[in-house]
Amino acid sequence: MHEVKRGGQFGVVAEFDNPDSLIEAATKALDQGYSKMDAFSPFPVHGLPEAIGFKEAKVPWTVFIAGILGGGGGMALQYWVSVIAYPHNVGGRPLFSWPSFIPPAYELTILFAAFGAVFGMIGLNKLPQPHHPVFDAPNFDRASQDRFFLLIESHDPNFNEKETPSFLSKTDALNVTVINKEEEGDW
Amino acid sequence: MSDLNDNRPNVDLLIEGEHTHETITQTIGSVVLEQGKYNDPKHKVGKNWILLALLFFGLLNVMMVAVGWLLYQGIGVWGNNQPSGWGFDIINFVWWIGIGHAGTLISAVLLLMRQKWRMSINRFAEAMTIFAVMCAGLFPLLHTGRPWNAYWLFPYPNWMALWPNFRSPLVWDVFAVSTYMTVSILFWGIGLVPDFASLRDRTKSKIGKTLYGFASLGWRGSTKHWMRYEQAYYILGGLSTPLVLSVHSIVSFDFAVSILPGWHTTLFPPYFVAGAVFAGFAMVLTFLIPMRTWFNLTDFVTMKHIDWMCKVMLATGLIVFYGYLAEIYFAFYSGNKGEIDMMINRMFGPYWWAYYTLILTNGIIPQMLWKQKNRHNLKLVMFISCVISVGMWFERFVIIPMSLHRDFLPSSWGMYVPTIWDIGMFIGTIGMFAFLMFLFVRFVPMISIFEIRELLHVSKPKKGGHS
Repeated sequence: MHEVKRGGQFGVVAEFDNPDSLIEAATKALDQGYSKMDAFSPFPVHGLPEAIGFKEAKVPWTVFIAGILGGGGGMALQYWVSVIAYPHNVGGRPLFSWPSFIPPAYELTILFAAFGAVFGMIGLNKLPQPHHPVFDAPNFDRASQDRFFLLIESHDPNFNEKETPSFLSKTDALNVTVINKEEEGDW
Repeated sequence: MSDLNDNRPNVDLLIEGEHTHETITQTIGSVVLEQGKYNDPKHKVGKNWILLALLFFGLLNVMMVAVGWLLYQGIGVWGNNQPSGWGFDIINFVWWIGIGHAGTLISAVLLLMRQKWRMSINRFAEAMTIFAVMCAGLFPLLHTGRPWNAYWLFPYPNWMALWPNFRSPLVWDVFAVSTYMTVSILFWGIGLVPDFASLRDRTKSKIGKTLYGFASLGWRGSTKHWMRYEQAYYILGGLSTPLVLSVHSIVSFDFAVSILPGWHTTLFPPYFVAGAVFAGFAMVLTFLIPMRTWFNLTDFVTMKHIDWMCKVMLATGLIVFYGYLAEIYFAFYSGNKGEIDMMINRMFGPYWWAYYTLILTNGIIPQMLWKQKNRHNLKLVMFISCVISVGMWFERFVIIPMSLHRDFLPSSWGMYVPTIWDIGMFIGTIGMFAFLMFLFVRFVPMISIFEIRELLHVSKPKKGGHS
């Protein structure tokens, strides 16, 4: 039997009833120097990623690379099949009749790029993840309906067990809750 | 928000009635979560839904019988034979795949054009796309004669050392349609993830929580997730737009790349794509008009939506009609004996009635949509939509057997007549499509809940709080 470790604090969550208050609070927190933040909303709120200081373009790059692989790979496959593996005369056309190879290569570009977009997004988001400490926050089931949440994580260098909750309660938050890490054995 | 969004016409009218984020979730989610309410035969939906679902399930079984007989006997049971090697199988393939295209147009093209009104109908139309492509795929699959060997169409290393001929439009079709099916499912699937999370948090049943929990991938609405999600969603929109144009263009290449009179024209790709959108919007309206009333969704699918869909139909219908006129012009301007004979045969040959049905149903009857009064008459709109579906079927009939049945040598002329198995399978796919749609509306939110929330948020003037 190994010892069950108590998780300690995961972070502090504040609940808001509208996205504008959330953006305001997040902007303040960013000004205060908090950097390990996340916000939760029932729909994508524009301006929120900037408010929590999150900027990323990994998904578009994944798509771009996947698309190149699909298109290039498709063309290469058709070249190999038609010129090397199974060369045969079709209506007197050259073996490498590339204009005919464009439609399949084009479709494969789109197919691979779409896989890149969807699985890139899911992978970068580290989904599927059935449980997460933030689900313990009160009212969090309304994060998929009409409530908005701001989370400041405990591994933020500026995090303070007393000051961070009191900072959040000075915003328009409806309530502020400390949530704990998963306890080992919860699964 | 970008400036583009400010040009939207009367966006506040896209959601009618007094709605909050909570009532939106409730109204749309209840169709799925409160099964009992709608199963009650006394409820207006209960009776209609059960009777129609049974009818369509019956038709689906007609298809199973037709396919079973076909597999037992071989494709000799179908009516296509020399000179008409293509018949119902290809007509119905093109018809179904065309119907599917409205879904992608609504979800992708309108997304890129920032047309907010798409948010109420995209989920529904995308589901239609997937089911229509499933129906479409059956026809060429079975027409191979040995569908259990259909994987031979894909390039894979095999002991026969054989590879597909990439110069053939039929092989392009395999790539186009299978890519289209996959991307449509991906697009639809990631759209559903946040909505499954909503259902997971709303449902009271334990099984529901588990199933929706799995389906939602543990979605928690994190801003970082939403940002990547939107990036992926817009990129998929950007990818699907050229995809949908390419799929029906490639389908039209099946014809246009050949040298047959009536097929060998550069007009085919654009005119096929316009026809696909035309047919697809007609099918969306046919299903959406009753469903929005049955499931009390008239606040989200408003008369404005119906009006705009009618206008899209009118516009694409005019492009298609222009195509019919251009075909006549091309035939005579070409001075080619084969082309001219084909056109005269279309108008005055043994299938003349099909040609004039086409002109009437696709060319003339849709012109009623010019009048706003007609666009607001739901029964009439449904009637016109059904007429257009019939018309688009006749378009493929006019193109396929009519060009084939008069071969270059008069000694090879023949007539194309479908058999009962052709008809049974066609009607059966209609049953399969409708049955899947009926299941879809009861088990998956038929309107994208999170997008309607977003629509509510962006269309309301900013104020302190509205929850």
